[in-house]
Amino acid sequence: MPATTHAVRYRPSAWMRTSRWIRSHLIAAYGILALLYLFLPIAVVFLFSFNKPVGRQNSTWNAFSFDAWTHISRDPTIMNALGISLRIALVATFVATILGSLIAFALVRYRFIGRSSTNLIIFLPMATPEVVLGASLLALFLNMGLPLGFTTIAIAHIMFCISFVVVTVKSRLQGMDPRLEEAAADLYANERETFRYVTLPLVAPGIAAAALLSFSLSFDDYIITNFNSGTIVTFPMYVWGAAQRGIPPQVNVIGSIMFFGSLAIVIAAQLVGKARRKA
Amino acid sequence: MVAVLPSGGAKFEQARVGRRKSTPYLLLIPGLAWLTVFFLVPLFSLAQTSLMNARQPGNPDAGFLPGFNVANYSSAMQAYLEQYARSFEYAAMATVLALIIAYPLAYFIAFRSGRFKNFLLVLVVAPFFASFLIRTYAWRTILADDGFVTQFINNLGLLPDHRIIATPIAVVAGLTYNFLPFMTLPLYSSLEKIDVRLIEAAGDLYAKPFTGFRKVTVPLSLPGVVAGTLLTFIPAAGDYINAQLLGGPTDRMIGNVIDSQFIQIRDYPTAAAMSFVLLVTILVVVTVYVRRAGTEELL
Repeated sequence: MPATTHAVRYRPSAWMRTSRWIRSHLIAAYGILALLYLFLPIAVVFLFSFNKPVGRQNSTWNAFSFDAWTHISRDPTIMNALGISLRIALVATFVATILGSLIAFALVRYRFIGRSSTNLIIFLPMATPEVVLGASLLALFLNMGLPLGFTTIAIAHIMFCISFVVVTVKSRLQGMDPRLEEAAADLYANERETFRYVTLPLVAPGIAAAALLSFSLSFDDYIITNFNSGTIVTFPMYVWGAAQRGIPPQVNVIGSIMFFGSLAIVIAAQLVGKARRKA
Repeated sequence: MVAVLPSGGAKFEQARVGRRKSTPYLLLIPGLAWLTVFFLVPLFSLAQTSLMNARQPGNPDAGFLPGFNVANYSSAMQAYLEQYARSFEYAAMATVLALIIAYPLAYFIAFRSGRFKNFLLVLVVAPFFASFLIRTYAWRTILADDGFVTQFINNLGLLPDHRIIATPIAVVAGLTYNFLPFMTLPLYSSLEKIDVRLIEAAGDLYAKPFTGFRKVTVPLSLPGVVAGTLLTFIPAAGDYINAQLLGGPTDRMIGNVIDSQFIQIRDYPTAAAMSFVLLVTILVVVTVYVRRAGTEELL
């Protein structure tokens, strides 16, 4: 940091020191304010999961209650929607992670004709607004006469997850030191052994991150799903529908569990990574 | 999206060239086939739909015939020019606000957070694990008419409508909030890559801290600014969840129009034409913007 290098050469005046102190703490204060802003809605979601709402709308505070937490599954429609969303997210994550990782390997490890058009095909779905992705798939399914439902939702989710998997795995592969694999080859490992014992363990965190990203993108998607769902109701679609009539506090409970659950997973993954680096 | 080829990997790639030419294609085929069938072909399907003729004009329930009715575009644009313009206006405002909020935050995490860096990054992303819709719905509670926030700002005399919810302010606030991590993360990753010695060198050459920031840090973080603004602007322009849940009936965006035309009214050609206009506009804006910013390696 500049502060230390400058101190060697000259003593900053009192004015400079104060102004630097204010500046460095100003940015910290701003950062903390921004984080508080990010967490404000989460705090509201968590708080209102303990509310006992009057009527159907859970938006004004009435009385403290554990009711929603102890009776999460009172409404079977919520549980059904949650189950459908989980199943779709698992299928989409599984397929998209495999397809996307293969593309990432090809893009980073091989020079081939059609590379830049491949990059373009990967980039385009991310630059296309979700309404357009949803609407165009619906146009295709309608023209093909394919019935809308679980399959069409899964197809759509796999499609938009692939690009995100490619980008995530690709950046991990590019960050890898190629000398590690060259070393394995120097030590008489054949191509398959090098891949199995050197490349794969090194890319694994990238693939895991891509899978996590796909899962949350799929689980959370409303817009594309809404176009291709037919009569099936996923969890975000349930929330959307309930928003008009009044959202039960159970939805806040599920939102809180999703938040704390994924926070725990990410922090655990970071701690494991740290422990491994130390070992 | 942020795809700059590494120089280190080039040698390794060279070593593999010519060994088995078919391998990259075998790796690509399944994924690219999926994207072709379920992304590129649907776009053609959409284009075809946008040119269809109504069997009975004015009655979408009667169905549509394949055709080449370019007038669908002009009539759709005439009918929904307002929502179309509004989408880009709201998205631009949200992008600028997100940049103002995210830049200092990313700067703080990249340069001033010390050993808490990774933890703070987790905190930036964490709120987005709770569902998009649930978060947006929570803003409805926060910005409610009798809520603390609205009362406070209203008492300062800053609200022309004396309320926030169901006004453009709420929609822009929701868009800004919901796409903030897409702005923060690319900014962080480009700030984090900056060699601190360059900023120190500016100081050694008697640049004031702010001059050093303006002439060294900002230009070097430009790729992050470009990536972040695009990742915020694109989804914001097509979004309709915020407009629906937080806005009033006069704040509808183009996404709302496409959604209701496709799903409720079932006027497929109009909806398809609007989708195409949206897509093409965004691609043009992105291309011009990236060319201007001079960071073409981003794509």
